[in-house]
Amino acid sequence: MGLESHLGDNILTTTLTAMVNWSRASSLWPMPFGLACCAIEMMAVVAPRYDLARFGAEVFRFSPRQSDLMIVAGTLTYKMASVARKIYDQMPEPKWVIAMGACAISGGVYNTYSVVQGLDQVVPVDVFLPGCPPRPEALIHAIMEIQKKIKKETL
Amino acid sequence: MPMKNEDLAALIKTRFPEAIMGANIFRNELTLTVQKDALAEVARFLKENEDLDFDFLSDLCGVDRAETDDVFEVVYHLYSLSKNHRLRLKAPVPSDAPGLPTVTGVWKTANWHERETYDMFGITFHGHPDLRKILTPDDFEGHPLRKDYPLDGRQPATLRDSYRKDGA
Repeated sequence: MGLESHLGDNILTTTLTAMVNWSRASSLWPMPFGLACCAIEMMAVVAPRYDLARFGAEVFRFSPRQSDLMIVAGTLTYKMASVARKIYDQMPEPKWVIAMGACAISGGVYNTYSVVQGLDQVVPVDVFLPGCPPRPEALIHAIMEIQKKIKKETL
Repeated sequence: MPMKNEDLAALIKTRFPEAIMGANIFRNELTLTVQKDALAEVARFLKENEDLDFDFLSDLCGVDRAETDDVFEVVYHLYSLSKNHRLRLKAPVPSDAPGLPTVTGVWKTANWHERETYDMFGITFHGHPDLRKILTPDDFEGHPLRKDYPLDGRQPATLRDSYRKDGA
């Protein structure tokens, strides 16, 4: 069965850090913060064609209490910014943030009174994902970058 | 049967010879300019007259013409579901003290439209049951669709304070 059939009776040694980071990176629970058209691409990522389950991050939770990866997908207005911050604050540590799309990164084309000119003014951002909107493959890439980042962390 | 634009204009002008300041037909669309103080009265007539029967207020918005004409305009788009005809009303209000009667008593849907117009242009609708801001954050100051409001007039104070219940 499984790994034992290849390795025989054996002991694997590793560090606690590597073990914890591996499990965290392999089991991300995203909090979908869909604000605009980028959210449609985000939905495609969890659907069968792109199948985010291959990366262990398919369980989107709509409760911040059960999530550790906030994906802000779309145009962030000042009115919504306070909500984004509140959701972020409610997520338990450790947590990571992806700013998905031109609007979330920089306000995009919306250089106006109502739009926040970058999600990083509100919450700390780990990965900036450009595109208008980014393709689903690009979001998968961003999640893989998050996984790489997690694996470099120390306890 | 829909009424012809010319007949619509004639009927309304006969009823309100002083309140209707002008009529214009452009590309088969009728626009009447209405004296602002008579607006609620005209609106009630448009809805209750059986031949007109304008039972649907499909839009209500503002236009900033302060730079050229010293007025804001409030624009009403009306439609009759039973007669299948349309009408546009424009009511100029002075830009230094913009205000006019509400039509919430005639079309209920005007409630939120008037709140939006108030929020965006600072136009007061007298007699409105609940004239509060509807789109901008609670602590937002000014009226962003006015031409003299800066395009990038961001108010980041709304970021800092509004998400905490205790205000800390």
